[in-house]
Amino acid sequence: MAVAHEQPNYMGVFWWLLALTILEIAVIYAPIAHFVIAILLIGMALTKATLVALYYMHLKFEKRTLGLIALTPLLLCVFLVFALTPDLSAVLHQSPKTEAPAEDAHH
Amino acid sequence: MSQAATLDHTLGVEPAESPLTPESWGKLGMWVFLAGDAMSFGALLAGYGALRYASADWPVPSHVLGIQLTAFMTFLLICSSVTMVKGLAAIQNGDQAGLRRFLLLTILGGVTFLGMQAFEWTHLIERGMGLSGNPFGASLFSTTFFCLTGFHGCHVFGGVVYLSCILVQASRGRYSPTNYNAVEIAALYWHFVDLVWILVFTFVYLI
Repeated sequence: MAVAHEQPNYMGVFWWLLALTILEIAVIYAPIAHFVIAILLIGMALTKATLVALYYMHLKFEKRTLGLIALTPLLLCVFLVFALTPDLSAVLHQSPKTEAPAEDAHH
Repeated sequence: MSQAATLDHTLGVEPAESPLTPESWGKLGMWVFLAGDAMSFGALLAGYGALRYASADWPVPSHVLGIQLTAFMTFLLICSSVTMVKGLAAIQNGDQAGLRRFLLLTILGGVTFLGMQAFEWTHLIERGMGLSGNPFGASLFSTTFFCLTGFHGCHVFGGVVYLSCILVQASRGRYSPTNYNAVEIAALYWHFVDLVWILVFTFVYLI
């Protein structure tokens, strides 16, 4: 399964990772909406993770099988987040009126 | 070479993906393990996100946790990933001393990371954070924090032990440009630990 390939530019990837980390720290102090900050941070984190997987873990140079194995947990985690959404909506839309009788019932 | 493969070759057809070789079994095994481990971390992070989203008094992590310290810890893990790939490149080029030197640097990076995490935990526990509650807001804030960073810390500790074993073998001259599979597999694990920390750092400390 090992594939002969040229060694990637490891130091180039390192500088990208470092630059993105510094940018992440800068973004949390930026005077912009928290939602936008969260989107930017998630985007940068996924970019960094992809760089590590592709170049340091050599996924870019491996057979497709290993790439599929690596993608599987990512897809399942996205599915998990969607599966949790109805529960979260239920918690967020729980009004105090619906909670009160339940508390009374315990007493 | 089988008859079919010979026929494909003579017809100029791209051969199918080569079968597993003894050298690649370990790498495939490590990837399958990492996929399972990634799902554990994914479930923990998804659980963290769900609990935080549903909580009304979740503290702002950057106001409670030491961002500068953990940013440096992130930098340290990225550096240790670089030393790990440099070690692998060294043995691929037949540089045994280079492999030992870079492995040692990688292990030192991991040990320093663990020391800084212990310092961070001690500081936070002294400020009242515990598994069951904290003075900053939702009690689950500290519970999820310790679970996530603790689970990752266990992985770093495992990686330090793993790489130490590889270093011992490297010191005995076991690896060469034609026999470095074990180093490559250990490197996969270490990079995974770095990759997961990148996500933990963003979700637990920055957002």
